[in-house]
Amino acid sequence: MSAANHKDLAPKNGDAVSRREFLVRMGLTTALVAGTGLAARKLWQPRHYVPGFQKETGQQLKNYSLEASKVYPSLAIAHGTEHEKTIRAAMTALGGMDRFIQKGDVVMIKPNVAFDRPPALAATTHPDALRAVAKLCREAGAARVIIADNPINSPTGCFFKSGLTAVAAEMNLDLMYPEASSFAPLQLAGEILKNWTFFNAPFKTATKVIGLAPCKDHNLCHASMTTKNWYGLLGGRRNQFHQHIHSIVSDFTMMMKPTLVILDGMNVLMSNGPTGGRLSDVKPMNTIVAGTDMVAVDSYGYSHLLERDIAELTYLHKAHARGLGNIHWEDTLHKEVTA
Amino acid sequence: MKFNPQDLLKLRNVRRVAQVFFFSLFLFLVFITDLRYLKGYPASLYLELDPLVAFATAITTHTVYMGLLWSVALILPTLLFGRIFCNWICPYGILHHFTGWLLGKSRAEERERIEANRYKKLYSLKYVILIAMIAAAIGGTLQIGWLDPICLFHRSMSTVILPMLNLFFPSSVYVRQYFHVGAWIIGFMLLFLVGMNVLIPRFFCRVLCPLGAFLGTLSSVALWRIDRDPNKCVDCDLCLKSCEGAADPHTQLRKSECFVCFNCVEDCPEDAISFKFLPQLKREVTTPAVPARRAFLGTLIGLGFYAFGRTSGASDRNYDKKVIRPPGSVEEKDFLDRCIKCDQCIRTCPTNVLQPALMESGIEGVWTPILNMKIGFCEVNCTLCGEVCPTGAIQRITIEEKTGTGPFQDEGPIKLGTAFYDYGRCLPWAMETPCVVCEEVCPVSPKAIYSREVTIIKRDGNPITLRRPYVDPALCIGCGICEHECPVTDEAAIRVTAVGETRSKDRRLLMDGGVTSSVRDLEKRQR
Repeated sequence: MSAANHKDLAPKNGDAVSRREFLVRMGLTTALVAGTGLAARKLWQPRHYVPGFQKETGQQLKNYSLEASKVYPSLAIAHGTEHEKTIRAAMTALGGMDRFIQKGDVVMIKPNVAFDRPPALAATTHPDALRAVAKLCREAGAARVIIADNPINSPTGCFFKSGLTAVAAEMNLDLMYPEASSFAPLQLAGEILKNWTFFNAPFKTATKVIGLAPCKDHNLCHASMTTKNWYGLLGGRRNQFHQHIHSIVSDFTMMMKPTLVILDGMNVLMSNGPTGGRLSDVKPMNTIVAGTDMVAVDSYGYSHLLERDIAELTYLHKAHARGLGNIHWEDTLHKEVTA
Repeated sequence: MKFNPQDLLKLRNVRRVAQVFFFSLFLFLVFITDLRYLKGYPASLYLELDPLVAFATAITTHTVYMGLLWSVALILPTLLFGRIFCNWICPYGILHHFTGWLLGKSRAEERERIEANRYKKLYSLKYVILIAMIAAAIGGTLQIGWLDPICLFHRSMSTVILPMLNLFFPSSVYVRQYFHVGAWIIGFMLLFLVGMNVLIPRFFCRVLCPLGAFLGTLSSVALWRIDRDPNKCVDCDLCLKSCEGAADPHTQLRKSECFVCFNCVEDCPEDAISFKFLPQLKREVTTPAVPARRAFLGTLIGLGFYAFGRTSGASDRNYDKKVIRPPGSVEEKDFLDRCIKCDQCIRTCPTNVLQPALMESGIEGVWTPILNMKIGFCEVNCTLCGEVCPTGAIQRITIEEKTGTGPFQDEGPIKLGTAFYDYGRCLPWAMETPCVVCEEVCPVSPKAIYSREVTIIKRDGNPITLRRPYVDPALCIGCGICEHECPVTDEAAIRVTAVGETRSKDRRLLMDGGVTSSVRDLEKRQR
């Protein structure tokens, strides 16, 4: 294409603009003028605001718990040497897994995979425990089983080295990593926890929730058991929780109403928690505690598995005082069995 | 044009199949360099095949580290057939071939394409670059990684391409978005080199590539090469139309420039060009055209680079506290002898703690890996960076060696540095607020961070009981998770610095390297 030469561009008599061209060109310019005005009107922010002080809202977690039963115990303590047998015994004592899981349920199991540790160090949910619980859910007719956690260490490393990635593959569980899109704001009237980002992806489909936690020493809040386990559902700046740790952990009993919690006390991390690191930190206690009240379960765990004085476990007392659980496990309907 | 099924078997198409295969293999290996997929794949295969890596590290270390022996597999065919690597195997060459076709002169008129593919004196620059890099290596600093195409492409993948993919498609590559300090520099360098194909086809390969220069030098003795039959040739220059290497196939072939792409063979309308065994020497330019004084200048630049870098002191007395090297790294000067800046360690790091250095370790250490605890931390049960390191800058240590367990109890753990408190920023120390996240996450047992309970009277007159943290330098391994998890996020109240690292006797902190009898006593007491 060559440029038009000067002769072509010089004015001529027949150069009048046609009606069609007139309309098109006028229309185009008018539309752009109008569009600019409308866009400016629409996008104009006439007032300032104070950054960081916007009103926050969020959603609440559903209540996944069953109605209290007068027939079945709410707490079961099973002693044994094998994960599967002992968990089965505990569940039988509670009335069987089909009391909690029905055909077609989507079960979210929340393990504690906070750290990148091998199972023997007892800092994470044991793969045998997960396998046994997943199996029981499947037997009760669960359509899908999800496992999800937001670890402190790298998520892929934590799931991989704790042995849970392998169990997820073997049992065909849905392993959900804490991806950026997995989180949403949570609203709670907690003592400290009001509005926080939480791992909501699993709860979009879950119909039942089971907490499956190891029993561990904790440097700051004394113990990490089934209540503290829900820490892994939260995102954001969790390292601020430590400034009010007991209040926050007691808020978890308000935040999460699980179908069931299971405390794995087969091998207990007695010292150097919550990370552990040496086999000498771990002591075999050969016990599984399952129940519907996480405060009662943890109360048993603290006094009988970690073998410490329940008087010092402030967060459980706070939860008890707010009517969110019963710290006197011996007063609840319970059953102790041996596998 | 009519479709002719026999065209499918043209050499050009055979080469294209090879290019797609080798490029895909490269992408596959880059993708699986991740804890989840790594399994037993040879993630650093291309780097191990790279003879420049093997050659240059052999100069600096007098050894050929583990898998670098694979480079022999590439040297042998080069000695027989010339630079086939450049246009058949090299993923970076294939990238430039493709982007040159996409953005360059592929749709220009025949004459313009022919002119674009004539040899230029500028193309001897790569030999000067190679000479400078080898001179630097002889001096004692390994700098091939700046421009070696495999290092350069791996680095661009790790720090730019994959993070970019994940930015546009969240959680496609990483569960959480990865960040790389100074990624924009590497990114613009990649864009620049790709963009230069518009002006000069295969700009990087023809002008800059030190590996191409190395292979070009080797191919001087190749037994086969492209040969023009002067009796058949009508001097139409059509052989230049798609000549990738600008190797002058229309006259005396520049043997060291030829990429053996075979385009000229098929572009010749007279069938005058063929790939021949032992063609006559008089019809070729056998060796690279580098004037001796340019070579001398290259030598000066290389030795100067080493000398100026070393005497800046960054690898010696004036070392930076931020030069915290990955676990299993060799002593700093040996590290600079080995690290090729390929950033494979950065690719595979599961916490994103490994970052390409800018000036922290001096001009010699640009793009070598250092730990940035603000972004990540060193995972105790992980040695992936050493697994993928092709040159042993990070040695292939085991978990037991890293953590000082099992048979390595007497040696103790590998320390990367030491954590220090900044009590003026620490909540329980300065602000009457409970915290000790650092103690919680400390991964060693017994914990290197311990706390003492104190009851103080707050400003409002009420008492508060706090735990105030301390570091036990004998137990600290410098993993940095304390710094990473500290709620004082802009500049943490506990920070790891390089002092106390095991790899260097000069940079240790405790006289016995931290494996003290007091540690043993503490362990006994805790049991």
